[in-house]
Amino acid sequence: MGVLRSGMKPISFPFVSNAIRYALLILGGVICFIPLGWMVSTSLKMPGTEFIFPPELIPRPVVWSNYIDAVTRPGHPFFLYTRNSVVITLAATLGTVLTSSFVAFGFARIRFRGRDFWFIVLLSTLMLPDVVRLIPSFILFKLLGWIDTLLPLIVPFWFGVNAFYVFLIRQYFRTIPLELDEAALMDGAAYVRIYWQVILPISGPVLGAVTIFSVLSHWNDFLGPLIYTNSVDLRTLALGLRFFMSRTGTDWNQLMAASILMLAPILALFFSMQRYFIRGIHMTGFGGR
Amino acid sequence: MEAEWRLPLGTVLHGRHFAKNSAPRRFEATKIRNILLRMASIQSMLGSRTQLRRDILGYMFIAPWLVGFIVFTAGPMIGLVYLAFTRYPVLSPPTFNGLDNLERMVGDRFFTISLWNTAYFTFLGVPAQVVWALMLALLLNMRVHGVNVFRTLYYLPTIIPGVASVFLWMYIFNPDYGLANYILSLFGIPGQAWLWDPELSKPSLIIMELWRVGTMMVVFLAGLQGVPSSLYDAAAIDGAGMFAQFRHVTVPMITPLIFFNLVVGIISSFQIFTAAYIATQGGPVHTTLFYVLFVYRHAFENLRMGYASLLAWVLFFIILVFTIVQFRMARLWVFYEVE
Repeated sequence: MGVLRSGMKPISFPFVSNAIRYALLILGGVICFIPLGWMVSTSLKMPGTEFIFPPELIPRPVVWSNYIDAVTRPGHPFFLYTRNSVVITLAATLGTVLTSSFVAFGFARIRFRGRDFWFIVLLSTLMLPDVVRLIPSFILFKLLGWIDTLLPLIVPFWFGVNAFYVFLIRQYFRTIPLELDEAALMDGAAYVRIYWQVILPISGPVLGAVTIFSVLSHWNDFLGPLIYTNSVDLRTLALGLRFFMSRTGTDWNQLMAASILMLAPILALFFSMQRYFIRGIHMTGFGGR
Repeated sequence: MEAEWRLPLGTVLHGRHFAKNSAPRRFEATKIRNILLRMASIQSMLGSRTQLRRDILGYMFIAPWLVGFIVFTAGPMIGLVYLAFTRYPVLSPPTFNGLDNLERMVGDRFFTISLWNTAYFTFLGVPAQVVWALMLALLLNMRVHGVNVFRTLYYLPTIIPGVASVFLWMYIFNPDYGLANYILSLFGIPGQAWLWDPELSKPSLIIMELWRVGTMMVVFLAGLQGVPSSLYDAAAIDGAGMFAQFRHVTVPMITPLIFFNLVVGIISSFQIFTAAYIATQGGPVHTTLFYVLFVYRHAFENLRMGYASLLAWVLFFIILVFTIVQFRMARLWVFYEVE
């Protein structure tokens, strides 16, 4: 009995034949894929044909002009939006990775008085819904004169405001044997060196996961840029997409083309770092959003 | 502890100096003990110096977060408590108005509507998400060739930017030329107005969210892979069929993950904003006026920051209470192996 079944481990539905398994998998895949395929198909249709009902599932003829029109749309500098998104995403992610790992090192590897207290404080900030932070942060940034700059979207992330990443990295650091740094118990500079030269280089998986989560959340962020910026010059891609829609009508072809252009970099990132990504979700149960 | 070391110490002294007299022996023993204690305290002084160095180092490392916490979290939060009791039209400084905001909230029809909408969306949507994610995870847990391709495909919608996803679904749900009505028409069902129908607006948004359950799905998949196959073997020997195995082996083993996904799902579902802000603007007839959209409008469109601050606190407490209740209830149905 055990021998027979061992070929199918891990078992979820051991009695189902392979043909049915594939049929179910494909059905699920089709459901997941239809909206995506629809997005691609729409972006390749002749302008005007997107309003036809019943809709054409496969565009005839395939046209690429929507992509060109989307990026050269008058009054909506697509490349400027892209640049803003890139600047915010890179700067905020760099800050997140450096600060979170630095702080996590303190929490994970140094036994200082008050450590447990501060760690609980850090964890409790995870409970705060974003909307609760939103209003007081807005007022603070207003007082600082940072409204309608990119600073509110970057600077806080250099101060570890996303406690979740600190927590995540700290958990990882604690799995590294302590002897690695106790062998060189010296002054502060030595500790910084241990952090930089010993611990960081062997923490690739967790830093990879944090990087991906952070890139995704900043690239996709809508509410932050919506609240903290006003000028056209500071718009991000997520904000810019909104302006393909207007009272007079929506250019669905261009909107879908622009969406795909916005999706492309993170798709590339996802495929090149899928391993870290999935492992990150396994470590945490979150997908970073 | 004391008795332990006094006796052998006494024995040594006895042998060396005070063969018969017990009184000086005790005296000498006390003296030596004092010396030992002093040495210990010197050591602890040395220890406290290392400890002090550790403290300094520790705080040096956590300083960036500590500063950020005070400036970007704690400070503003305290400010928010105060603001909740003020009238603050942003353009002029806040003026204290006591419980006026609370009074306004109690009588605010839209406060109740937005709470109801959010509750509807959450308590119908999140269980649906959990079930759907579990179903997909079960499919992906089947041992067949090429299953990894499907894992990627199923996860793909989740990384699509929220804004792009909202636009895509607006187009799919379009009453005149959308894909959703086309699919219905294939089955002979008349077209719907979806997001623009007061009855269907919230269910449409729930369908939209179902498409992006990838994170929950991956969590379940990890859990399913962790269920020891010996349990299934044992159940099979006992004559359990497919569904009995699922019901009595799989589900109990993954209850911690169901619980986790429910808690996280509810917290994030309470905060739905982008879809309602872009696609429906709270309509039709306020059926998608969700709580965060309601707060946003007061804070940033009507410039009633004081009132909005109170509303933000209320949401915080609602989420807190729900999370606590869920943790309490978890004892009844979540199974932890370690216990």
